[in-house]
Amino acid sequence: MKPSDYPPPFDPSEFLAAPGEAEIEVGVLIVGAGPAGLACAIRLGQLLEGAPELADRLGDVPVAVLEKGRQPGSHLLSGAVVNPRSLRKLFDGRYQTRDLPFYGRVEHESVYFLTPQRHLRIPTPPTMKNGGNYVASLAQLGRWLAERAEEGGATILPETSGHALLVGDGRVRGVRTGDRGRGRDGQELGNFEPGSDVHARVTVLAEGTQGHLTGVALDRFGLQGDNPQVWALGVKEVWKIARPLDRVIHTLGWPLRAAKRYREFGGSFVYPMGEDMLTVGLVVGLDYRDSELSVHDLLQQLKMHPLLQELLLGGERVAWGAKTIPEGGFLSLPKRLHAPGLLICGDGAGLVNVPALKGIHYAVESGRLAAEAAFSALQRGETPGRRGALAGYDRALQESFVWRDLKQVRNMRPAFGRGLVLGGALAGAMTATRGAFPPGDARMEADADQELIRSDRAKSYPAADGKLTFDKLSSVFLSGNATRDDAPNHIRVQREVPKEIAELWTRMCPAAVYEVAENGVEVTASNCVQCGAITAKGGRLTPPEGGAGPDYKLT
Amino acid sequence: MKFLVFLEHHEGKLQKDSLGVLGKAAALGEAEAVLLGSELEGLAADAGRFGAQRVYVMDDVLLAKPLPQPRVDALETLVGEGGFDAVLFGASVLSADVAAGLAARLDAGLNYDLTDLAVEGGELVGKRPALGDSVYVDVGWRSEPRLALVRSGTFEPQESGGSAEVEKLESRLQDFSLAATMVEQAHEESEGPSIEDADVIVAGGRGLGGPEGFAAVEELAKALGGAVAATRAVVDAGWYPYSAQVGQTGKTVSPKLYLAVGISGAIQHKVGMQSSGLIVAINKDPNAPIFEYADLGVVGDLNEILPKLTELVRARRAA
Amino acid sequence: MKIAVCAKYVPEATATRRIDPSTKRLDRSGEGVLNPFDANAVEEALKLKEATGDGEVVIVSVGPEKALEAMRRALAMGADRVVLVSDEAVAGSDLVATSRVLAAALERESADLVLFGQQANDGDGAVLWAAVADRLQQPLISQVAELSHEDGKVRGKRQTEFGYDVIEAPLPAVVAVSDAINVPRYPALKGIMGAKKKPQETLSLADIGVPAEEAGEAGSRTTVEALNDPPSRGDIQKIEDDGSAAEKIVEFLAEKKAV
Repeated sequence: MKPSDYPPPFDPSEFLAAPGEAEIEVGVLIVGAGPAGLACAIRLGQLLEGAPELADRLGDVPVAVLEKGRQPGSHLLSGAVVNPRSLRKLFDGRYQTRDLPFYGRVEHESVYFLTPQRHLRIPTPPTMKNGGNYVASLAQLGRWLAERAEEGGATILPETSGHALLVGDGRVRGVRTGDRGRGRDGQELGNFEPGSDVHARVTVLAEGTQGHLTGVALDRFGLQGDNPQVWALGVKEVWKIARPLDRVIHTLGWPLRAAKRYREFGGSFVYPMGEDMLTVGLVVGLDYRDSELSVHDLLQQLKMHPLLQELLLGGERVAWGAKTIPEGGFLSLPKRLHAPGLLICGDGAGLVNVPALKGIHYAVESGRLAAEAAFSALQRGETPGRRGALAGYDRALQESFVWRDLKQVRNMRPAFGRGLVLGGALAGAMTATRGAFPPGDARMEADADQELIRSDRAKSYPAADGKLTFDKLSSVFLSGNATRDDAPNHIRVQREVPKEIAELWTRMCPAAVYEVAENGVEVTASNCVQCGAITAKGGRLTPPEGGAGPDYKLT
Repeated sequence: MKFLVFLEHHEGKLQKDSLGVLGKAAALGEAEAVLLGSELEGLAADAGRFGAQRVYVMDDVLLAKPLPQPRVDALETLVGEGGFDAVLFGASVLSADVAAGLAARLDAGLNYDLTDLAVEGGELVGKRPALGDSVYVDVGWRSEPRLALVRSGTFEPQESGGSAEVEKLESRLQDFSLAATMVEQAHEESEGPSIEDADVIVAGGRGLGGPEGFAAVEELAKALGGAVAATRAVVDAGWYPYSAQVGQTGKTVSPKLYLAVGISGAIQHKVGMQSSGLIVAINKDPNAPIFEYADLGVVGDLNEILPKLTELVRARRAA
Repeated sequence: MKIAVCAKYVPEATATRRIDPSTKRLDRSGEGVLNPFDANAVEEALKLKEATGDGEVVIVSVGPEKALEAMRRALAMGADRVVLVSDEAVAGSDLVATSRVLAAALERESADLVLFGQQANDGDGAVLWAAVADRLQQPLISQVAELSHEDGKVRGKRQTEFGYDVIEAPLPAVVAVSDAINVPRYPALKGIMGAKKKPQETLSLADIGVPAEEAGEAGSRTTVEALNDPPSRGDIQKIEDDGSAAEKIVEFLAEKKAV
């Protein structure tokens, strides 16, 4: 049995609409105030500063950024250790690295292989070396970038979701934003506010992992590549600690299992955030097979390992969150990242280097290049909706370090489908040969196509003690989740599914959205932190009304 | 220390919260009371029985309706010249408006939501919860008199059986104070207390098994003279109306007694009731989070316990 | 009709609020938002303005400069203007000091109606409206669950412990609404985009004629002396039902005088 046997009741064409009358017109519309979207907005601001006539032509709002969270940062979550090169390029001296809201440069790093009680230091794989990189909270970085974008003239529209893509005459004309104030059955409540049709000359989708409109666009314009995208789920916490941590730590091994049949690819990270905080998280590929696997609970288990207990002793948990990461890399990239009137950036496109655990600087660079492509087209007096008008974006991306890096490591993640040991060996070979060996391209399998097995491991999940280990509901509370109880259910899944599938989802979801019910699964959508895991494993997340979901600050 | 206690009355009876505050004042020092309204016969004597040494009475048709602003004028007359260290109020819709208006009028400090009062080192100290009851704060005053609003239900009336001297109070009432008029006065008796005002709440959760489970909850609530509340999960499932929902996305309540039946007690629920005086929980899952903060936790089958409990409560109250 | 809505800037994220041990007051150094309860007052003001067909809704607030951004939400909903009294000397104001500053700012506006929301969700500033009404020498209706306006008068249905009173007052008046009165509208996208362009004024204490020593801690008449842990709930008891649970519960309740 596999999750793809029970596909969700979802048709992308439901989220396509004909343009009609513009309620609001903007120059460039960016969907998503994350690093990609904000880099795009910042770069556009810089370019428009030097092109006032074009700025005028673009109207009152030359650059608008839609953000479905309460504010920029609310839905941003990552480790993160950031390579500053793209941000430096973006700001080109206007801001120095020391102005960026980083927690400090990585000075030391260690990689450990864990067993239930021990930790063995292993040499840092070359792809994971972090010299010259900085620890950051992506949520904080997002807030900071949003301020810079606004300074540069962008209009940021928080609590606004991108609900449907406006497509007419084969070109993208803008976005219809989501309704607010509907009841559980879709009825209009007293304060119902319908979404608006926002028309733009160029629409940039920077929605992050599992981008909703991105999925719709890939389908509408036939942009899917040969390989499906695959994801990992990361669950992390931020802790106030009693003693400073002096190094960046990554671990492999326990509590994940190495044998090929489990397909448990992933590991944990522990990053210092200044002197008095650290962040600890566990990332697991969603191609796992064990229906009892719960990343949240494995993280709680991980914290009980002596190595981690020592770091957390005397500390206090101050944040929690969860989000998926696209892991297909180069092989899962769409055929093209542009379409008439449309550009796709960042994690939404899948620009993540899994072996290096890096995606933020690619997001920033892709956003910057998208801005330049849009600006060129507009300045030439082009109709950005003309076929090929925005092709310069793909060209620029392919000539950049983004493409080079991703191509080099393209086969590494798939190699781990062969298990940790063989995968590790193959990865080593790939590194040594800069991706030349083994030759060719691997094939990716969709996460939802993995056959389920059951392993009984849930018995070993620790009970929540409220001090070191925590349950899902109190974690959802800590995330600041503010989704209305009576909002319509934004999660598309089949409800009458076999027990194994219901169990899979119940364990998988870090926010306790799913529960095994009598003839299938029960969904408590108001717990959802919009991590996107369900989309990888047989369902389809759509954006709920703007402002819903977590309000991340430190993740 | 000399206290003046603002006594509230409704339909010919002195209100329990005011009497409780009066009792506390009498325990801390010299307690006098003030009665403002119309047709107040007999109430002054009651004030004496519950601890007042003297009662100031202004019986005037202009004070017939429970409106705050004329009362500020009357109190200013009484208190404005000094003579009282503190003026105490048992919190209510009316008294809160009176106390705050008086604070502005006299430039006098007002501390509110107090759950205790003490005299420490010759100074009056108030205690109040903050941040959802996760921390308690000691508060003080930098003025004479000191004004205090005491959280409802904090002090129990103490019938000491004394008697009070009655003094008539006269005061001019300002025009702007009399500008608001009451066109209709509240008189409906609702069916039992609302959950925000109830002293006792019996709350039901998923453990009830279905909407029919609430029948037993309602019986117990009736027997205890309390209100019925529900968790988000059962309201979501349509077993009980949203108006009864307690929790992060429902109401916040702090009754004297909160009986949680079939409720797991996750934090989303806890934040709505954690400052209840007494928490009793019945749940068949011994690991339910609610047992970490219930004063009395009972691991058992609510279907067996509830009916017996209701019967025992009824019998006890009848006796 | 000119309506002034008193709005407060409160720390966001209730989950991570803390008291600053050095000042013993709520740590307000982080991000903040428009007090959600004030959204009801803004909504009611907008409804009244829409009903009369003309008028002005001005948001009046006392707080730090960064409060302006949070007040923009009210502008996005449809309010016309924001006036923010922002002055270092205001920090640490209690009810007496805050009401004095707010009343001075309101006097400058000379509104026909002053609206307050049900409470500030930061646990501070209860019943500020009564203090302000007294300073303005205007009639007050509080806890209003339904408000109507006609011919220079307002009529409010006031929620009390005993049910509903209906109270009438001539304008100018002060009305404090309860959160039962309405469901605040979501700002429309056009509203969000237009908010920044609406007038936002920042005033100092001097601008409203309040001397610094009458605001802030100097102007306050209450103090915070100490922070303590909450009184312990006492021993937590957990028992298993052996058939006598009901009796044990009643015993427990009787002992605690709860029944």
